[in-house]
Amino acid sequence: MSQSDTPVLELRNVTKTYSVKQGLLGKSKPLTAISDVSIKLARGEVLGLVGESGCGKSTLANILLGLEAPTSGEVLVDGQTLGGQDRLALARRIQPIFQDPYSSLNPRKNIYDIIALPLRVHGIGDEASRQKSVREILDIVGLPARVMNNYPSQMSGGQRQRVAIARALIMKPEIVICDEPTSALDVSVQSQILNLLNELRQEFGLTYLFISHNLAVIEHLATRVAVMYLGRIVEEASVGGLFDAARHPYTDALLKSVLTPEPELGIPDTHLGMSYPNPIAPPEGCHFHPRCPAASDLCKSKRPEPLFDPNGRIECHLHSP
Amino acid sequence: MSQNNFRQDIPLLSIDNLTIDIPTAAGTLHAVRGISFDLKRGETLCIVGESGSGKSLTSLALMGLLGKNITPRADKMEFDGVELTTASARTMRNLRGARMSMIFQEPMTSLNPAYTIGDQLMEALTLHGSTNRKKARARAIELLEKVGITAAESRLSQYPHQLSGGLRQRVMIAMALMCEPELIIADEPTTALDVTIQAQILRLLAELQREMNMAMILITHDLGVVARVADKVAVMYAGELVETGPVDEIFAAPSHPYTRGLLRCIPLPGKTKRGSVLGTIPGIVPSLVGEVNGCTFRTRCEHASPACRGTIPLHTSPTGTHTFRCIHQPEDLETDAVQSTGANA
Repeated sequence: MSQSDTPVLELRNVTKTYSVKQGLLGKSKPLTAISDVSIKLARGEVLGLVGESGCGKSTLANILLGLEAPTSGEVLVDGQTLGGQDRLALARRIQPIFQDPYSSLNPRKNIYDIIALPLRVHGIGDEASRQKSVREILDIVGLPARVMNNYPSQMSGGQRQRVAIARALIMKPEIVICDEPTSALDVSVQSQILNLLNELRQEFGLTYLFISHNLAVIEHLATRVAVMYLGRIVEEASVGGLFDAARHPYTDALLKSVLTPEPELGIPDTHLGMSYPNPIAPPEGCHFHPRCPAASDLCKSKRPEPLFDPNGRIECHLHSP
Repeated sequence: MSQNNFRQDIPLLSIDNLTIDIPTAAGTLHAVRGISFDLKRGETLCIVGESGSGKSLTSLALMGLLGKNITPRADKMEFDGVELTTASARTMRNLRGARMSMIFQEPMTSLNPAYTIGDQLMEALTLHGSTNRKKARARAIELLEKVGITAAESRLSQYPHQLSGGLRQRVMIAMALMCEPELIIADEPTTALDVTIQAQILRLLAELQREMNMAMILITHDLGVVARVADKVAVMYAGELVETGPVDEIFAAPSHPYTRGLLRCIPLPGKTKRGSVLGTIPGIVPSLVGEVNGCTFRTRCEHASPACRGTIPLHTSPTGTHTFRCIHQPEDLETDAVQSTGANA
């Protein structure tokens, strides 16, 4: 990766804080959903984002899509800050594919209207040229042109997810945010969609942010991986670096919890203990220390500084700068 | 229950030729067709299949929870000697919750939001009339602690919305175990959970099962879960069991083209080359409305031939434990196994 190129997508120290009311009359407390997140994505890369529910993955996706504004920090697309661009301009460059194709497609619109909507919103072409574009994109995602008059309820889960992909790609975006795009699908359909996403990326030079809790899928598709814990990126590395030599104890636990189809192995013990901490009252020091098998006194009192090295980034006292 | 030990070899659950037809406006939907299996105490059977394969219907039939207009038929559907197809509503009510219980997929929708955790946990015991409230409360606390919930006593007065997804699923498990059931049916118990919590919940279930010598049916579409949890596996496709056998035999020598196809669809860490093209099963599950004949997988099978429309023989392995339903001999299907490892290498 040549560093001279401007990253197609960059987050600089992005923080998002919500104010959450405790009970009916309770005082508002700040909830830091994302804390000081910095990411650079080069063109054509697939950044896999993993972490447990509540770690801030979806907030991050919403910020990238311009649906929410960061409390502080900057998002840059091709070196330009997001703040200066309006939603429409942004939507041409970044498009989402959501998890559940059963709820993300309007049941009252037919497939043609669903896919052509972005073109209409942006005032691109006339009806005839939109027809042509929709036909082309349907062919690309592997659906016959005759489905244009169908409604979502007449299609299978895999077909619907293809429609969602077609809708995302019709604007020819540079970046696609895939938020658990296959977790609602059957196993036999999941692999078709993953293959399609991989093909499309190569064909159109797309850049993906791929959010998933399925680590086997992340390992298969991503070129780089960022691990999030309680709003912070605790480790980031190339896919090989992360899966072959994880450094953060949390990454290690995540990898251990992957159930591969190997009957001789049994159910793993992740040593993670009980539950995910409450984000309103995050633990002192390193947020991960209450669940960490390697936690020391230092971890309980002081938050580790990030270490940047050729392998990527790590935030852990075991790997202090 | 001391008598359990004497009956270790006799199946606790024995199902022969279970069929479920559902009347629909378009005709009869043949949702489950002729499935048979046995389950002993302490054993875990995983039923694997995709949406619409009939795996959840099968479990609902066992629990007597199918809708009023759906009547399951079977040559035999026995739970510890009780024939379930002809059992009275009263008999079923006494079995359900007490001797056989179920863990549902969605802890958010299957817990009642208007009642406290404690009320819902204790209901199972007090309803079956076996104990008073005080004892039920003690048992509820004991089980919440057993499923790894801290501050169990204070949780009793909490409502479901005050708990996280992982905690709610633990509450569901505790609830299912309140009466020390002999059979537990878990329908996708970990699908909605994070991988880290999934591993913990599965470990917990396996431990409790061993401790109480329960039989367990675990329904899932996740082959990773199957491999790590099951003793026996039943692969279901479009309402039929296409392959059954001990877990190690199924994964070492998957035989039915559908089972093989499924295993090729998932990326195997360390084995599948990163970014390579994954195996797929083209096509979709056929409609089961109206007459269903032959092998229902033939529309998606690379080995399909005209003979697949006829009667499909059941092959049994020399060990007698591994069966699959296909017109082909196991040897004839070996070619695609070689191809698949070639593609993954």
